[in-house]
Amino acid sequence: MGGRPKPGHDTEADRHARVGLETTMISHGLSFDVAHMLAGGLVLVSLMMLYQDRLYSLINVLALHAVVLALSVSWQAYIHAEPHLYITAAIALGFKAIIIPVALKRMVFRLGIHREIETVVSIGLTMLAGIALVGLSMEVMLPVTAKVDPVAREDIALALSVVLLGLLIMVTRRNAVSQVIGFMSLENGINLAATGAQGMPLVVEISVAFSVLIAFIVIGIFLFRIRERFDTVDLGALDAFRGERQ
Amino acid sequence: MINQLLVQGVQMLLVLALAPLLTGVVRKVKARLTRRRGASVFQPYRDLRRLLAKEVVLADNASWLFRVAPYLIFACTWVAACLVPTFATGLIFSWSGDLIAITALLGTARFLLALAGMDIGTSFGGIGASREVMIASLAEPTMLMIAVSLALIAGSTQLSSIAAFMLHFGSLRVTLALSLVAFIIVAVAENSRIPVDNPATHLELTMVHEAMVLEYSGRHLAMIELAAAVQLLLYVSAIACLFLPWGLATNGAGIDAYAIGVVAYLAKLTVGAVALGVFETSVAKMRVFRVPNFLGAALMLGLLGVLLLFVSRGM
Amino acid sequence: MIVALLLCVTALLALSIAAVPLAAQPAGRPVIYGACLGITSVAALLAVVTIAARPTAVILPLGLPWLGAHFRLDALAAFFLLVVNLGAAAASLYAIGYARHGHAPHRVLPFYPAFLGAMNLVVLAADAYSFLLAWEFMSLASWALVVAQHRDPENIRAGFIYIVMASFGTLALLLGFGLLAGADGGYDFATMRLAHLTPVLATVVLVLTLIGAGSKAGLVPLHVWLPLAHPAAPSHVSALMSGVMTKVAVYAFIRIVFDLLGPPQWWQAVVVLALGGATAALGVLYAILQRDLKRLLAYSTVENIGIIFIGLGLALAFQANHFPAGAALALTAALFHAFNHMLFKSLLFFGAGAVLNATGERNLEHLGGLIHRMPRTAFLFLVGCGAIAALPPLNGFVSEWLTFQAILIRPDLPEWGLKIAVPAAGALLALAAALAAACFVRAFGIGFLGRPRSAAAANAHEVDRFSLAAMGIVAALCLLAGLVPGAMIDLLAPVVRVVTGTGLAAQLSVPWLSIVPNAEAHNSYNGLLIFLFIAAVTWLTVLAIHRFASQSLRRGPAWDCGFPDPRPITQYTADSFAQPIRRVFGTVVFGTHEVVTMPPPGDVSAARIRKIVPDPIWDFLYAPLAGALNWTTQLLNYLQFLTIRRYLSLVFIALILLLIAVALWQ
Repeated sequence: MGGRPKPGHDTEADRHARVGLETTMISHGLSFDVAHMLAGGLVLVSLMMLYQDRLYSLINVLALHAVVLALSVSWQAYIHAEPHLYITAAIALGFKAIIIPVALKRMVFRLGIHREIETVVSIGLTMLAGIALVGLSMEVMLPVTAKVDPVAREDIALALSVVLLGLLIMVTRRNAVSQVIGFMSLENGINLAATGAQGMPLVVEISVAFSVLIAFIVIGIFLFRIRERFDTVDLGALDAFRGERQ
Repeated sequence: MINQLLVQGVQMLLVLALAPLLTGVVRKVKARLTRRRGASVFQPYRDLRRLLAKEVVLADNASWLFRVAPYLIFACTWVAACLVPTFATGLIFSWSGDLIAITALLGTARFLLALAGMDIGTSFGGIGASREVMIASLAEPTMLMIAVSLALIAGSTQLSSIAAFMLHFGSLRVTLALSLVAFIIVAVAENSRIPVDNPATHLELTMVHEAMVLEYSGRHLAMIELAAAVQLLLYVSAIACLFLPWGLATNGAGIDAYAIGVVAYLAKLTVGAVALGVFETSVAKMRVFRVPNFLGAALMLGLLGVLLLFVSRGM
Repeated sequence: MIVALLLCVTALLALSIAAVPLAAQPAGRPVIYGACLGITSVAALLAVVTIAARPTAVILPLGLPWLGAHFRLDALAAFFLLVVNLGAAAASLYAIGYARHGHAPHRVLPFYPAFLGAMNLVVLAADAYSFLLAWEFMSLASWALVVAQHRDPENIRAGFIYIVMASFGTLALLLGFGLLAGADGGYDFATMRLAHLTPVLATVVLVLTLIGAGSKAGLVPLHVWLPLAHPAAPSHVSALMSGVMTKVAVYAFIRIVFDLLGPPQWWQAVVVLALGGATAALGVLYAILQRDLKRLLAYSTVENIGIIFIGLGLALAFQANHFPAGAALALTAALFHAFNHMLFKSLLFFGAGAVLNATGERNLEHLGGLIHRMPRTAFLFLVGCGAIAALPPLNGFVSEWLTFQAILIRPDLPEWGLKIAVPAAGALLALAAALAAACFVRAFGIGFLGRPRSAAAANAHEVDRFSLAAMGIVAALCLLAGLVPGAMIDLLAPVVRVVTGTGLAAQLSVPWLSIVPNAEAHNSYNGLLIFLFIAAVTWLTVLAIHRFASQSLRRGPAWDCGFPDPRPITQYTADSFAQPIRRVFGTVVFGTHEVVTMPPPGDVSAARIRKIVPDPIWDFLYAPLAGALNWTTQLLNYLQFLTIRRYLSLVFIALILLLIAVALWQ
């Protein structure tokens, strides 16, 4: 062992064992690691959404968001042995990952805005704000949920960050369709929080999904009326029509 | 001790020997995917031999810096590559430089390359150097953030220690996933690969690395090409030993463990080369001013990884 | 020892008086600078010897009669005396050669030794009165040096802003010392150390020290005088102001906050970390946009001060959490960076002075190709650029590595503010380091490489041997500090022990001269080995290739893709090199934008592109403040033109108010 800076009593393996034990105590094994990975993946996809400036790719990322949510919910169903969560996952997959994105793409095509590049407020600052929001939600939720199971705490904190990121998407975009997508991702975050907190009854889930569907249809109708009337769905232009901005 | 010395020596030679082969495999994969036959995977060796034997044509106003830089760049890159575990973790000189030092050594190589690009005083050199430092100003902080994340998870900044930790105690963690994505983006940027830069381009609008080395010829160009190949090998080896550590021979293992380590390493290199080839063929090169967005996203991911580790030790 | 050092200071002050008649003679300049060189070298040697010794103090019967003048030499003061005098010795050696070309020596020579003596006095002072007296004296002497070349209106403006900011800083320090002294008026440091302040008062003192010492050091947003004043002075004085005077300000901060103030609070560390990180990032972004070489170096000083304050903030954070080992590591990193910065910033300013002497130009847009005309200066300037860009195996990398080790050493600090501030500071440090490398690629590449962009650059000549000797010695020290950093860390151990109670483990006993700051994590670095490896590989490669491959070489015109243009104006300019970074970072941080005026088709006038780089700190902080001040003084101007009755009533009202105040206070 010559040439090592400090050939002391503590061998490499001992030190690794000590550090490794510490992290094993925190991570509670593989199942919760995967749950964290999926929740973290949802945050990552939300950050990807901040980054997109073409509508089709934004809708694709929304579909990915819903797929990751479905995976996360089904993993929760598997480790907590709650079969009704599988139905929630199936709804998320079928409804939010397939039906809504397809419908949005058709709507975008009929509105004629599928070729637009959206001017997102400086991507650097938006991403930095996104990181700050993730940090903030971790800071807020971890001390508040100190008595809860340590694994669920981090899932709830990550879910709060998905909600905040969804709000950030709605705030930094001018196109009405992008704002709808932000709203959908926000709702995915709420779903994640609910399943992380040991699931909500199926009835509530179905009613929430149906209310989202109704809201979606109403928003869609309004978008077309707005488009007919003002020939644009750019909300900045709508402000100008209201006479408040010069 | 003799064991470690031998391992280090074998690694130094292995890195140097395999680097052009890796570049050859990537080019072959790209050629096949675009329905060409492509040159042999051993073509880079022949290119190097041909370049070494050629006469150097030097611009009239090239200075001593221009002539010395290729050797220094090669030396810095090779020394950095020798510190990255490839098939075994017990490298005798691993304590002389950790991940931060490796990043800084590659920074030294880049500093000298940018200066060499500006030495002749043509506009191409200026283009390459100014774009290269812009890319580096985002890629290097990302590497440092990744180094901090890995050090916090593994308890040390030495690559050998981190690799050994990942081998024995590695688990799925959010920060590791974020660091992996960021590392891959940085590796693409630093090795001048599509979508950041095109290593086969001749158009000034798309040049970054090629623009800086435009005036080089003969043995100088051979040294720079070899340094670029070694740098690609370094990044692929680093990703392999940090995130896919299976098969690494640990300190003081027997000869059969080393053999398994070498085979595993060659397999990982092949997978990496094929993946890089497929990735480069399937995306288009970005406009220069979209690259900061791409790298900025990587920096944000690295920063998020570090932040998650500081805020909650379980992530 | 302290008596010897005070004698050195007295000698310097006597030298400054002697310089008044000597300045008129041509032989006077080398005599004065040579004498300064001798005295400061002696002082530096004395300082090194006394770092590990016990503290000594002396009280002189000067100054206030009931207080006297206290002077104390402990390890912290000895280290900063080493920094000050080493920088001063290098600058004096440089000045022997440089000042041959200076004009108006009678405006520079008397103030130079006074400046050096004042800086030494600040570090030695052990009571508030002598400290502030020496501090003001230092500011006044450096102000006189800044306005030495008074024909240029820019220098006059720089001097004005400098003296205003310096006076404001001294006022803040005065108030801070007043609060530390308390109602009893114990103005000597020993009494202040023993007094206990309430947390509110301690915070106020910290803020006042940040304003006072921070403005002299160059913390954002109080840095605005630095890029105006440092370039205005002659180059050897610029090197002293950037490399040495800023370190005296860092000493003042450490002395007051770490030594006199008592145990820190965690959120004070957050403030210092935030300021340090912002200063580092903003300083280097400003630097990268500058065309003037000396102003670029001044902004780079701001960046490095930010890095030092990041280290100081980490030390405060660890002290607030009762973790002395971490505080020792962070403080060692900060002090090591202070020493390194003195070395490489002096080297860079000497090089800029050499360029100014040889070409008469400070503007990067008019330089170029100097590596052929001034090869030795170019090589030494390259060493300085490599050191400041934190490239191994030079010294800049070691202090940056140590700072990162300090960030890593304890990630589980309990306070939420620190959990966010420490990684944020680490990210800003990493960003600043990468941008600094970009900045100095630009400075060296545009200034020294390529083809000459003006006749002055094409006709440059190498500078004299004193300048080269000074640059060479400092460059050798940079390399040495990078190869054997263990020696420096061991030198710093007693210094750090004064402040935090522990020092880092002995490094020189570590095999192969590595440094292992954090023994349980086994993180280590060995600069010597890396240097040897790189040198060996380079040499062997060159040998092998020349022997077995080819050695032939032919000169020809540049390839330039087949269309070489002989005009030097086609190569990259300083602005064009900075354009990608200006577009990526400048638009976000400063709001830079470009205005293009294209004439319509058929119009033969030139198209123009104008880049606008606003300075948000000036526009949003200083300009409104100056405006408000102007407005207030306009109002108060009415007091000049009152009638006699009005003046009498003014006196009467003041008297009544004071009597009411006395009555209420009873």
